[in-house]
Amino acid sequence: MKTFALAGNPNCGKTTLFNALTGATAHVGNWPGVTVDKREGAYKSGGESINIVDLPGIYSLSPYTPEEVIARDFLTDGDVDGVINVVDATNLERNLYLTMQILEMDVPVVVALNMMDEVEKAGDKIDAKELEKKLGVPVVAISAIKSKGVKELMNRAAALPSTREGTTALSPALGKSLETAVAFYEGESVKSPLFHAVKLFENDEIELQRKGVDKILGEIAVGDTEALVADERYKYISANLASVKVKNVRGEVLTKSDKIDRVLTHRIWAIPLFLVILFAIFHLTFSENLLFLNGFTEGQAWLPSLAECGLAYEADGELVYNNFGCEILSTVYDGTLYSPGVVLTNLLNLVLDHVSDGVITLMENGGAAEWSTGLVGDGVLGGIFAVLGFLPQILVLFLFFSILEDTGYMARIAFVLDRGFRRFGLSGRAFMPMIMGFGCSVPAAVNTRTLSDDKERTATIRVIPFFSCGAKLPILTAVAGGIVMAFGVGNADLITYGMYLLGICMAIVCVLLMRNTTLKGETPSFIMELPAYHMPKFKNLMLHLWDKAKHFVKKAFTIIFASTVIIWLFSHLSWNWRYLPDEQMQSSILASIGAFLQPVFTPLGFGYQLGEFGWVFAVAAITGLVAKENVVATFTTLAICVSAYAGAGTEDGIEELAGLINVITQSSGVSQQQFISALIAFIAFNMTTIPCFAACATAKAELEKGTFKWTLLFWGAASYVISAAVYTVGSWWWTAFVWLAAVAAVATLIVLRNLGKFDICSLFKRKNKGDDQ
Amino acid sequence: MIKMLSEFAVGESGTVKAVKGEGRVRRRLFDMGVTPGAELTLKKKAPLGDPIEIMIRGYELTLRKTEAACVEVESK
Repeated sequence: MKTFALAGNPNCGKTTLFNALTGATAHVGNWPGVTVDKREGAYKSGGESINIVDLPGIYSLSPYTPEEVIARDFLTDGDVDGVINVVDATNLERNLYLTMQILEMDVPVVVALNMMDEVEKAGDKIDAKELEKKLGVPVVAISAIKSKGVKELMNRAAALPSTREGTTALSPALGKSLETAVAFYEGESVKSPLFHAVKLFENDEIELQRKGVDKILGEIAVGDTEALVADERYKYISANLASVKVKNVRGEVLTKSDKIDRVLTHRIWAIPLFLVILFAIFHLTFSENLLFLNGFTEGQAWLPSLAECGLAYEADGELVYNNFGCEILSTVYDGTLYSPGVVLTNLLNLVLDHVSDGVITLMENGGAAEWSTGLVGDGVLGGIFAVLGFLPQILVLFLFFSILEDTGYMARIAFVLDRGFRRFGLSGRAFMPMIMGFGCSVPAAVNTRTLSDDKERTATIRVIPFFSCGAKLPILTAVAGGIVMAFGVGNADLITYGMYLLGICMAIVCVLLMRNTTLKGETPSFIMELPAYHMPKFKNLMLHLWDKAKHFVKKAFTIIFASTVIIWLFSHLSWNWRYLPDEQMQSSILASIGAFLQPVFTPLGFGYQLGEFGWVFAVAAITGLVAKENVVATFTTLAICVSAYAGAGTEDGIEELAGLINVITQSSGVSQQQFISALIAFIAFNMTTIPCFAACATAKAELEKGTFKWTLLFWGAASYVISAAVYTVGSWWWTAFVWLAAVAAVATLIVLRNLGKFDICSLFKRKNKGDDQ
Repeated sequence: MIKMLSEFAVGESGTVKAVKGEGRVRRRLFDMGVTPGAELTLKKKAPLGDPIEIMIRGYELTLRKTEAACVEVESK
């Protein structure tokens, strides 16, 4: 089977062509360089099948970003029978620059002149035949999005001769030097000697490190060849362009782009407008009070609930709907109108609940043992379904962000925000993954692929969990609500907002800290294409979503499946391996582990101070490592046990926690101020510590090898320190000065250390620093 | 008049004379089409005055002032 590689600039429609050829799902984005993985698929025509490899979008074959290294290595050393070079016909000049470099390799090439429909729409013409004559390789006009010309392209590709010798337009400019270099590489018996020879003139890092190359360097050095090569390439392209009679086809497109741009990147309105768009996205995904129809505060609520309408009634403490129609209605409206994201979540949970109820009923009727229904119902189905329940909101959030990406708006946001982000040693691009973290850390970590600098990427992935995700919100509302109810002091909303703010501040401080210590490096450069605005393509969006859903479901059934089963087993087994029902959870293995770990949390306020029932907090924090929604679930389950044990009445929700708080206050005699501080420290700990299993797995996959263990350590340490600070300052106000002194000392030390290295810094770096201050 | 791209005002056009500096940033500028002889126009500046956006070779490119300070342009 023949293998063809798809190579081309970012945004040239390469991935769209890949999807059209293979029918496979690959990520398509309008953000330059969004495809990092090598994607493969098969094109079938008649009885023949051709293997297609989708390479990352690249501007040049000189390594600059990690993606470009992948693409170059694959093209030079990979086992390819030919290259399909996708060229954006609306932006011929820059796209052909890459074509020129590919042609220098000894590999058969066919040029796919993509987006010809847009060229024609603008009333321009490109003579593909003429271009073919000039380039010396087949050129086929196509429109990947409309699947036009794709068949002809593949026919021409299949008919390519099996070998081709590299050609270059640089011979007149480089003359004899080039011949000397080519002769050297031929002697080295490398693939594509011409390509390597030209790269040598471009001062390519890889070529300059080649053994024996210094021998000929003296012979061929002819001044600034790096500029000369680039210059000659573009000159040659300009000459070619003139003869294929291309008007400036971008002209019309740009006027439309310009009009949109004038609003979206306006000097004053750009940032407020972006905040409004962002708010709208989160509102449509997470809000349980769409368009604030039910008032802005709880006091203003006026819409009747379904029970109040007579469509549901309460029985045995559970809400029962009159009929299935009412139950469906409750996913959209129940005393408040839900946002699309919440509606989808409710619908999915409705289905999952019925499935899990059905399975349990079936098992109970079939006479299954209590432990087995518990394991299947709570352990397996409960765990997986709890995680799957987040899928709709993650997908909706992803859909909105893909639209922003596909339209070209994301790149503009990076442009607008870059100045602010540079203060922290990041580029404007780092903003998007961070803000996505408020939704879910998993897509946020994946989104960091758009960052070209490795250190910047690592720093960004590490602070993403500080942007409190959707699953952490219940912890906030439950614990904050519990505090207010049990002690009758404070304001739950204020605590919630304060915690969000704390997370953002921590992210800023930690990025600054890392960029000045372990992840030190130059502020990454910011040279980026701003793609023209265009309408997102429905098919691409759907393929993108399907891709994400597939990954997420796969994860839910592997890592999360395993971990929920383990946690369930440990919480329902005693040390002598006997099954324990929910009410006896305090004698389970998990409870002993919790009690054992309790002292660890003493500096954070929720350790031994809380007495015999304090282990609940330790266990809740540990189960949170699997999935943050476990924290509240653990609390609810354990609070019932504890309350029942201590003889207090059982209630549910926030009241349950308040009950637990009351029991602990009585049994341990901890003071109110200390306990409130401890509870807030508990929230802070959960919000900033090691994220859930799914997020950890994603971070591990996205981070460079070997950095994940440090990342885990960082998360653990950072959350421990901040929670300790929250607890001590809350309990004894004067410790604030101790913490301030510690922060000042650390900052001074870092600055002094960096100042010591200041002298050896390159001139460029020093200039950069001066700019920033 | 020859000056650095970083000193350009919005709407100003010119022809690239030389690209100073060294290493990967210079390489990147070349690859993105910022080569001697290329014509460019400064389209706009970000809300805080930096980075800047230029129109070059029929597309829009954004770069920071520090990077633009490497590009010598003959202003029209």
